[in-house]
Amino acid sequence: MTYLAKSPWILHYDASSCNGCDIEVLACLTPMYDVERFGILNTGNPKHADIFVITGSINEQNREIVKNLYDQIPRPNVVVAVGICACSGGVFRECYNVSGGIDKVIPVDVYVPGCACRPESIIDGIVTALGILEEKRTKMVLDVDKKEHRHAGLNPDHILSTGGVQ
Amino acid sequence: MINIVWAIVFVLVAPLIGGLIAGIDRKITAHMQGRVGPSIFQPFWDVGKLFEKENGVVNETQIFYAICYVIFMAFTGALFFAGGDLLLVIFALTLAQIFLVLGAYSANSPYSFVGAERELLQIMAYEPMVILVAVGLYVATKSFSVSDIASSTVPVILLIPGIFLGFIYVLTIKLRKSPFDISTSHHAHQEIVKGVTTEFSGRSLAWIEITHWYETVLLLGIVYLFFAFNPLLGIAAIIIVYLLEIFLDNTNARAKWQFALKSSWLIAVVVGVVNLAALYVLNGGVS
Repeated sequence: MTYLAKSPWILHYDASSCNGCDIEVLACLTPMYDVERFGILNTGNPKHADIFVITGSINEQNREIVKNLYDQIPRPNVVVAVGICACSGGVFRECYNVSGGIDKVIPVDVYVPGCACRPESIIDGIVTALGILEEKRTKMVLDVDKKEHRHAGLNPDHILSTGGVQ
Repeated sequence: MINIVWAIVFVLVAPLIGGLIAGIDRKITAHMQGRVGPSIFQPFWDVGKLFEKENGVVNETQIFYAICYVIFMAFTGALFFAGGDLLLVIFALTLAQIFLVLGAYSANSPYSFVGAERELLQIMAYEPMVILVAVGLYVATKSFSVSDIASSTVPVILLIPGIFLGFIYVLTIKLRKSPFDISTSHHAHQEIVKGVTTEFSGRSLAWIEITHWYETVLLLGIVYLFFAFNPLLGIAAIIIVYLLEIFLDNTNARAKWQFALKSSWLIAVVVGVVNLAALYVLNGGVS
């Protein structure tokens, strides 16, 4: 296990949520659920974040913002769509101003349905995201190794390791 | 006398101690809030994580400033623990801090700018009191050398209790605790974005975190100097002072910078200068 899964910092963005899911996200930080015991912090800064938690659906106003925030989060990162609106647009999917779920703009790794989500299911979604974060990290290290091998004139397919140079 | 062994010990061991202090701090904070809280090794995992992340930087100058910040902080602490000149320690500390401000200014971001300005205001707030600490320790022990002060048998705390209280007051600013965590905070999502560290990410943020551990150990070392005549008392004082800071952090909302600046200067003048004046009078004038 890498340190990444032990210290996931979260960026929470309210796309166009009714605030129901937002309150449940914040409920996770209360003494009742206390996600900080897993090292999870709710940071207000995309540049410090590892997990992008979005509630609500994509509309024309926030399309650029969501994309911009996603681009600012250093790799490896994962996106968790919290609530049915973030997953698919929910009851608002037919609205003239709603484009749909978050996956219309950025790739989503974990979908947490619910209206509003229970804090338990949000925590479950984040923990699932940690596994994906690990995978992405391994892949990132492998990609860097392959690139180095290519630069060194070696065959990149000869790398078999799951991280680190052999 | 400069003791190079202590300097090396500081550079190697201080991050471990500082990180552990930060971890215990988070645990106690969590318990005070009725939470379980993370492991006491959480700060090490956080920094380990930051080193694993992609190294996204705004510009290369910023990395330079972040590295200067850690180098000068380690130098300051090493100088202190080697028994160097306390005045030099204090000015080197300010220099290190200025590199953080420059790093924040080097990114063209309004949030970073606000953080940098607030950091400068904080420096302005605590600096007079920190200089008074050096002066007070000199008046009490007749030496600016840390090794002389540490080996002095004079009960420093009884001579300059006012200066000690003033130092505790500005220590809250230095440790970035509420009510004076104005430029950046350890608590999640409190400062406008993240204050002075907004534009730092990945490796440079990890270095800034390590620098803060160095700084914590250095500052607690200064607390020790007041009780150096009795090492056990000194260590007890460090523990009590740090617990007090955690308590303050959890019971106070953050103050405005105007209050931080005015109150620190007022404290410096009232308890610091009055304490010094009393010492001069008792000693029968300047000696």
